[in-house]
Amino acid sequence: MLQLENITRSYGDRQVLHDVSFTVQPGRMTGFVGGNGAGKTTTMRIILGVLSADGGTVTKDGKPLTAGDRHRFGYMPEERGLYPKMKVEEQLVYLARLHGFSSSRATQNTRELLESLGLEERANDTLESLSLGNQQRAQIAAALVHQPDLLVLDEPFSGLDPLAVDTVVGVLKERADAGVPVLFSSHQLDIVERLCDDLVIIANGEIRASGSREALREKHATRRFELQAGTDIGWIRGLPGVDVVEFDGGYALFDADTDETAQLVLRRAVEAGAVTTFHPQRPSLAHIFREVIR
Amino acid sequence: MSTRTSPSPSSPTPPSRGTSSAPASARPAAPQAPGFASSVWLVSEREIRARLRSKAFLISSALLLVIILGSILFAGFSANSAGSEATKVAVVDATSEVIPAAAAKSFDVTVVDDEQAAEKLVRDGDVEAAILPDRSGDSPLLFEVVANDSAPTSVVQALSTAPKVVLLDQGADAGFLGYLVAIAFGLVFFSSAMTFGSTIAQSVVEEKQTRVVEILMSAIPVRALLAGKVLGNSILAFAQIALIAVIAIVGLTVTGQSDLLTGLGAPIVWFVIFFVIGFVLLAALFAATAALVSRQEDVGSTTMPVTMLVMLPYFAVIFFNDNPTVLAIMSYIPFSAPVGMPVRLFLGTAEWWEPLLSLAILAVTTVVVLLLGSKMYSNSLLRTGARVKLGEALRG
Repeated sequence: MLQLENITRSYGDRQVLHDVSFTVQPGRMTGFVGGNGAGKTTTMRIILGVLSADGGTVTKDGKPLTAGDRHRFGYMPEERGLYPKMKVEEQLVYLARLHGFSSSRATQNTRELLESLGLEERANDTLESLSLGNQQRAQIAAALVHQPDLLVLDEPFSGLDPLAVDTVVGVLKERADAGVPVLFSSHQLDIVERLCDDLVIIANGEIRASGSREALREKHATRRFELQAGTDIGWIRGLPGVDVVEFDGGYALFDADTDETAQLVLRRAVEAGAVTTFHPQRPSLAHIFREVIR
Repeated sequence: MSTRTSPSPSSPTPPSRGTSSAPASARPAAPQAPGFASSVWLVSEREIRARLRSKAFLISSALLLVIILGSILFAGFSANSAGSEATKVAVVDATSEVIPAAAAKSFDVTVVDDEQAAEKLVRDGDVEAAILPDRSGDSPLLFEVVANDSAPTSVVQALSTAPKVVLLDQGADAGFLGYLVAIAFGLVFFSSAMTFGSTIAQSVVEEKQTRVVEILMSAIPVRALLAGKVLGNSILAFAQIALIAVIAIVGLTVTGQSDLLTGLGAPIVWFVIFFVIGFVLLAALFAATAALVSRQEDVGSTTMPVTMLVMLPYFAVIFFNDNPTVLAIMSYIPFSAPVGMPVRLFLGTAEWWEPLLSLAILAVTTVVVLLLGSKMYSNSLLRTGARVKLGEALRG
């Protein structure tokens, strides 16, 4: 488990991180969400040790991070970059060797990874001759080639077409299922919603919410319900404690002041005729996000 | 689920995959981080390989070697054709003994029976001149030189005896040869330092511009990255300089200019030693200044001061190679010492301890610059966009 506690960081006079604390659990995909300039990249760079924090600690399984731990991290920086004029396989082997792999194991890892990412035919092409999508895959491979114990990916899906997103998601899920903690940032909330187990929301350098996706949804759930009945339910407007948001004949989306009020609405509807749908509306990630960063 | 990447992540784990379906902890043990030295070596190996794969680099290196070899061969042949071709002369018995021993080897002597036969050979152009007994009787020598239509300078010179000359101010002016040697050292230093210096600068900015540097920084210490770049390019620069030195020495030997070689051998060796350390100094400066910018287009402007440091000794040695004071100063300034000291050694104006002292100054400067340079480099690598100010890069 990776734990950040009270991380602070300033650039000159501008403080960009205020007491940032959250955890990344093994085997779980943790989405790291925030607007531009919220502090995602700075936080990730601090985890990787590329930047140093002004205060606070980063620990792994309770122990402060060592250079040796960081060596076993896989990192995909926000700004993509590999050597444009170097062959794909060659530079992946180079990166694996920088992480301490022998030449032969580095080559073996590289070949397996290129195969799973569908890049094996491009192994001997220079990076600059690849299409943008393939360059992205090579970038993912660069983060994975040394079989890291923890993955930190800054916007891994930006600029990917839907097919490439699926490939990358597949590879990342596989790592997470093998017990590797995965932290990834994104501002594509729909992908995060689909993918993440845990969620960390950051705004203006402060963590506004963190925890499992379901817990966050529960926490931010409103008493908003959706009701679909076979009969006209116009009577709902007159009920005390009910605030109708949307209405269309047999359909109503409404906020109730208490759970009892909602149950009352349901009983009245059942008495009046058939009810096909009645459920609380779960807040979408976008909704939670907008709510917590306010 | 397989820990290795299998082509279909959604399919159930095939039992036959054996070890590959084990959880993360059951993988072959994760390798230790490579030590500082092996990180440095990996980086420098990549630098060397990238350079050796660049056609532009190979062609320009080959061209430099060809030019140097060519000029040595040219110098050798022109010296030979001027000095060693024997002049044909005719003599009679009476004058066959008057040719001084020193001049004898530059003559191709034909002995004829009488003076008429000798004059005939001269008229026919078979010999350049005839050396005959003095017929006028007013020459202090006992012979005269008979030529066809113009005075045979080479023959007259060979037969002349020059008085011994003693110079009171020795070595102040080595003349044309000293000039050539000075320019040669200056040019080789200039071109190698510029080639590999700008290569380092470009390689630093390439990594910064493509952001690969962030991945590298997460894998190895920044100092190892800088050291690897400096080492890799220094090895190439050293190889090039050593190759030039070998070509120069072999070329001088083969073309029979061993006299020049005796004087040049030690300065060439010192030049290589000075160059190795001097280049590390320049490489660190090039890397540190290049790290301040984020685009290849801006490299030129930011490395300009370093480029000037490389160019100044080159021009100084061209204009002041006959000025002992300027040369003496040059031979102690770290940036010009690799040119200045070998030139002074060639001219014989440096005491034996002077290269050692100058080398020590150079080495200390290099260490200081390496420390400052690696600070600038580390502080600037992640700062993209506008050019990083020098003060900020040094402060951090």
